[in-house]
Amino acid sequence: MAETIAELTVPAGASALRRSPAAQLAEAFEAASAATAAAGAQRAVAVREIPFLVQLGLRAVPGSQGAAAVEAALGAPLPTGHAGTTAGGGFTVLWIGPDEFLAVGDESPENFTSDRGPAEAARVASALGEAGARTPGGVVDLSANRTTFELTGPGARLVLEKGVSFDLHPRAFAVGQAIVTSLDHVPVLVWKTGEDAFRVLPRASFADHVGRWLIDAMREFAAPEVP
Amino acid sequence: MLLITCPNCGPRDETEFHYGGQAHVAYPENPSELNDAEWAKYLFYRENTKGLFAERWVHTAGCRKWFNALRDTVTYEFKSVYTGAAPAAPAGTASATSTNGGQQ
Ligand SMILES: [Zn+2]
Repeated sequence: MAETIAELTVPAGASALRRSPAAQLAEAFEAASAATAAAGAQRAVAVREIPFLVQLGLRAVPGSQGAAAVEAALGAPLPTGHAGTTAGGGFTVLWIGPDEFLAVGDESPENFTSDRGPAEAARVASALGEAGARTPGGVVDLSANRTTFELTGPGARLVLEKGVSFDLHPRAFAVGQAIVTSLDHVPVLVWKTGEDAFRVLPRASFADHVGRWLIDAMREFAAPEVP
Repeated sequence: MLLITCPNCGPRDETEFHYGGQAHVAYPENPSELNDAEWAKYLFYRENTKGLFAERWVHTAGCRKWFNALRDTVTYEFKSVYTGAAPAAPAGTASATSTNGGQQ
């Protein structure tokens, strides 16, 4: 399957026509971020979309031959348990389930000029062997499945806590951890990339809704805190 | 709101899960030899236990894996969660009285 997709030729100029799932919210994101900053640094939060990150869906049983092949091709070990992430080879691998992982490519200007997902998926999938003699496991290009929102600033956790029931306090959710959960009923991945930095990955079809939900949740922090 | 402990992900809100009915209902060994009544019994007949009940749950909004739970149908309290065959269940639970074996 991956080979078939990789063989499709992308017409010249197609990358210029790419439109990220929340591109229409870019200005609203900037305005909402600026409004919280203007209200004071204490609860300021900035939101932006990080579009076109390469995402590979990985299926392999940890410890198996397939897992070893994927790890070697990727350049990163698979995380070993709930909320775990590992990094290497230009990817961060997020634990989704006991035999399911999502490799998210690093942020790069290259993402805007070319769709590297199919080629990367084909490259990693080839480590599992040829069709007919394939080691159990799977690699699928999921780059267009989800977009990425990034919340940064002292108010970032406060915003997410309005919609995520998982305990996001640092004692329960450390930097570098990522979970599969819901944000106000919408299935998302929540990934803590820094002390005050979170990534939220909704599916593309939910991007507009989740983006507007975040703007709405940030509005409170554009006004002085009510004592 | 119930807090359900997924064997893979730990405690999560009830809204992240879906219910899958009675656990340990084994698929018939020779389905083609069953008559309609026996087939109907396999498909539709379930225990209606008051008390500890072994049942299936799936963590839909998380790891997407199925697991089993021992839940008290009176108090809604989850006594344990497990995967695979039934644990040494206390007497009087659905899994202990069920006619079909400890298959997942
Ligand atoms: Zn789970």
